[in-house]
Amino acid sequence: MTPPVTTLAPDDTVQKLKYYQKGTFTVGNRLVAEEERTVQASQARSNALTCGHRACQGCGEALGARYAIDAAMRATNNNLIAVNATGCLEVFTTPYPETSWQLPWLHSLFGNAAAVATGVAAAMRVKKRPEVRVIAQGGDGGTTDIGFQCLSGMFERNDDVLYICYDNEGYMNTGVQRSSATPPTARTATTPALGAEPGNVFGTGKSVPRIAVAHNIPYVATATVADLHDLERKVTKAMSIHGARYIQINVPCPLGWGSASHDTIRLAQLAVECGLYPIFEAEHGKVTQVRKIRRQVPVQDYLKLQRRFAHLFKGGHDDPRIARLQAMCDANISEYGLVDTAGKEG
Amino acid sequence: MLKQIEGSHAMAEAIALCRPEVICAYPITPQTHIVEGLGELVKEGALVDCEYINVESEFAALSVAIGASAAGARAYTATASQGLLFMAEAVYNASGLGLPIVMTLGNRAIGAPINIWNDHSDAMSMRDAGWLQLFAETNQEAVDLHIQAFRLAEELSMPVMVCVDGFILTHAVERIDIPTQQQVDAYLPPYDPVQVLDVAEPASIGAMVGPEAFTEVRFLAHYKQNLALKLIPEFSAEFEKAFGRETGGLLRTYRADDADMLVVAMGSVCGTIKDTIDEMREEDIRIGLVVIVAFRPFPVEALRNALAGARDVVVVEKSIAVGMGGQLANDVGAALRNLPRPPRLHSSVAGLGGRPITRASLHRLFRQASVQPWDGTNFLDLNERVVGREIHRTRKNRRSGPTAENILRQLAKSVPPAVS
Repeated sequence: MTPPVTTLAPDDTVQKLKYYQKGTFTVGNRLVAEEERTVQASQARSNALTCGHRACQGCGEALGARYAIDAAMRATNNNLIAVNATGCLEVFTTPYPETSWQLPWLHSLFGNAAAVATGVAAAMRVKKRPEVRVIAQGGDGGTTDIGFQCLSGMFERNDDVLYICYDNEGYMNTGVQRSSATPPTARTATTPALGAEPGNVFGTGKSVPRIAVAHNIPYVATATVADLHDLERKVTKAMSIHGARYIQINVPCPLGWGSASHDTIRLAQLAVECGLYPIFEAEHGKVTQVRKIRRQVPVQDYLKLQRRFAHLFKGGHDDPRIARLQAMCDANISEYGLVDTAGKEG
Repeated sequence: MLKQIEGSHAMAEAIALCRPEVICAYPITPQTHIVEGLGELVKEGALVDCEYINVESEFAALSVAIGASAAGARAYTATASQGLLFMAEAVYNASGLGLPIVMTLGNRAIGAPINIWNDHSDAMSMRDAGWLQLFAETNQEAVDLHIQAFRLAEELSMPVMVCVDGFILTHAVERIDIPTQQQVDAYLPPYDPVQVLDVAEPASIGAMVGPEAFTEVRFLAHYKQNLALKLIPEFSAEFEKAFGRETGGLLRTYRADDADMLVVAMGSVCGTIKDTIDEMREEDIRIGLVVIVAFRPFPVEALRNALAGARDVVVVEKSIAVGMGGQLANDVGAALRNLPRPPRLHSSVAGLGGRPITRASLHRLFRQASVQPWDGTNFLDLNERVVGREIHRTRKNRRSGPTAENILRQLAKSVPPAVS
């Protein structure tokens, strides 16, 4: 076992900075220098999404939104306006007369967040307020399905908007229905675990990050609530760029996935480590960085913790479709080079 | 300044004089020339401090306007027909949020069958969406109403739809007086929003509202439209003073004082109706016209006063609520219902999908209303033979095929080819 990194290396050619503590999933702060610590670790964070909201216990989306918006607030010196699509995030944050948002926030419709954000950005330009930046945010339903046309339009025009999709792989607010981000075999209310092919079918769905990359916009990234440093860095980087930007954050949903609320971070980590959720960055149409898998795990490790996949493990034998899911992981690993062939990291 | 100019371009010039800060453009016939005209003005630098955004749909057009307006910018867009339907969800949202967006509607029929020509089906489809709806009779009025629309919208913090007849107005070249920038600046103060997304004062806008407050929110929207019943004549009078033209208002009358029969209509058809009235007056028939400018808010009291003395009221409208009849006739009926001796109400649906409304047909209609009134809804110039044959065919044959195409085939058979 190599000793944990205890100080910031003076020169990263000597030793690469790593945030991980060995043998745990923890992405630590204590061991790094003050200026390298996360926004969340700072008492000066904006708490843009403050306490009192009505999210479920263990909600990955609430966590993702707080991480992302606080990072964006710091990056813009609190000059930030958020536009929200209809969905869980909208509903649980604004049970009026209460609101959890500590920044100007507008909710219009389910499918138009990207266009509304374009309008806000246009108003800031015409009002000569270049320091005020705009974020649009929504769940995967509001992004990959009903909001997709507005999203593509915003990308194509290269409007100065960062769109953040909190991807929990289904319509959770309306009671867990399938979206185009729902993975194959997952049980939802509209893809029940019944019949010859229980759950969501193979060969459907779409990867909006890839589609975003195909728009040749300045910045696209995927991120996970399991890696706060990476997520904050990506949001900060996105805010340093003008034009259309897209970040999709994998946010486990205990209610929709049928997982324990204390397993949210573990699941987010496993989704990455099995290869099912590739974490990468792309600039102007080219993938520029991938987050390597640190400790590869079989897809079963990820699936078994979620009741939406329970039908795959019924009857004492593993469903052959698990192998197809593993093949999807392997394809991602090979396409994005997620595993260092020279030897696994750490 | 007097100009010989296309209606759409005149409207574009007038809208530019209102200093819109964000314009969202998406093409749909027949409003296209308006946003094209504005695009030229922005590109050539005549309209400055304005973001002109080519969006990917009407839904996005109004959504961009919603974002811009909520962030404090004066926002404008235009649409027609299917476009209005495609943005329907945002139409309700803009008024629900109380955003003073101005939108031109180049009135056009709604499909199927697809039809690009003029009627008022599109405006009627959104008549309950919480927008103010003003109808222009002429292109001069279209120009003038846009200037008043921004003033009204921003005073009330409510969106306003200016309805102009597709092709008949949008594509007609005529003499129009385009005001000066100075005149418009004096009439229309800069936009001072009542609510705004501001980093200095963060507010959440667009929260979920439950049964505890929804009624109150809707009541206030209704209350604001009632305020508009006072504001519209006030702003119209102020406009007349400043620009020297009587234009806008809730409604106006033509040769109505001693009329036994009053026609009620909206939009460009009023010109033809006036000509018809002039001709009938020469025959000593006491007939007049009430032109409705403000359809929303509906001027119930003003209309009741205008119609109270008549024996017959004929509503001529370019729309049909299938299964009910004319929407305007229905609203006029509601305005009349509490009169002690209400006039007889005759409803006629005319000019659907661009069918010309001729003086000859109007003569026949008005005479018929007087001597042989009908029940329910009259369809002006309906080709009864074609309809009869199609009904007969569908009764005979279960798989009778698509109605619209059958009728076109019938017409092609029965009408001799035009001689060139």
